[in-house]
Amino acid sequence: MRKSWWKILALLLLIYTITAGFLWEVPRLPILNETIRNLYFHVCMWFGMMIMFIISFVYSIKYLASNKYVHDIYARSYASVGTVLGILGYATGAMWVTVTWMPDQHQSLGAVLKEPKLIGAAIALLIYAAYFVLRSSFTDMDKRARVSAVYNIFAFVMLFPSIWIIPRLVGSLHPGSPGSDSGNPALNKDDMDATMRVVFYPAVIGWTLLSVWIATLRIRIELLKEKSLLDAA
Amino acid sequence: MQHKCKTIIAKLGFLFLMMTLGLTNALAQQEPVEMADVMRGNGKIYAVVAVCLIILFGLFFYVFTLDRKISKWEKENK
Repeated sequence: MRKSWWKILALLLLIYTITAGFLWEVPRLPILNETIRNLYFHVCMWFGMMIMFIISFVYSIKYLASNKYVHDIYARSYASVGTVLGILGYATGAMWVTVTWMPDQHQSLGAVLKEPKLIGAAIALLIYAAYFVLRSSFTDMDKRARVSAVYNIFAFVMLFPSIWIIPRLVGSLHPGSPGSDSGNPALNKDDMDATMRVVFYPAVIGWTLLSVWIATLRIRIELLKEKSLLDAA
Repeated sequence: MQHKCKTIIAKLGFLFLMMTLGLTNALAQQEPVEMADVMRGNGKIYAVVAVCLIILFGLFFYVFTLDRKISKWEKENK
């Protein structure tokens, strides 16, 4: 175990998230009912994904600036954990949709999945999927690191129109779009009840710390692999 | 004098309107929103919390052992 205090903190925060998240009072709202508790899990996946992609983006820039191969390993590992979180966020969102938007709007799942927010999220995830396809198409290590660092910067920039801007410009059932008159519902203090915020923010930190932990494990395995390759050569 | 009366009546009318509006608003808020109160009432929600905590502990235990294993490899590879 290395630097274990924040790993224990992650565990404690997630124990708190699950216990308080299921047991504490939440606002009683029609349509949402008890599913409002999904906020502590579904939204945290997207927050975690965004943080992972930011770290990955920073390491890609660092790689281009320094040409240190370690930075490429960091960028790749954080991007892969971010993608996993994104897939989890999408899947949990699709689950949530079936009990809230579908009965409320009397629509089929197919119609509801055409939501701009969902399409945007799918596009963002596919762009990151292409990052891994691109990576695996190179045999030359330096070329792979350089080209995928450039692509990673593009992928990160594409996150903004696809998941932040376009769903806010066009109508959507998702909170944070026109009609729900709020910018970012998770960060807007008027949009989230105080009783929910005391669970939500620790939940975001807890899930993010767990993701960082998994990413560091990946990085360490990759570094070991590199080392054994160098030793063998 | 008549003008004053009119304004008073208008004010009272406005007050009445606001009160009825407020009342209907309050009534609308009292409309019960279905929550899992039964589940919470008979305590079965604790089973859900326990199940999720077990999964969480299992997940953390797994990541924990993975971390330890990698640490061991790192020591061996030094």
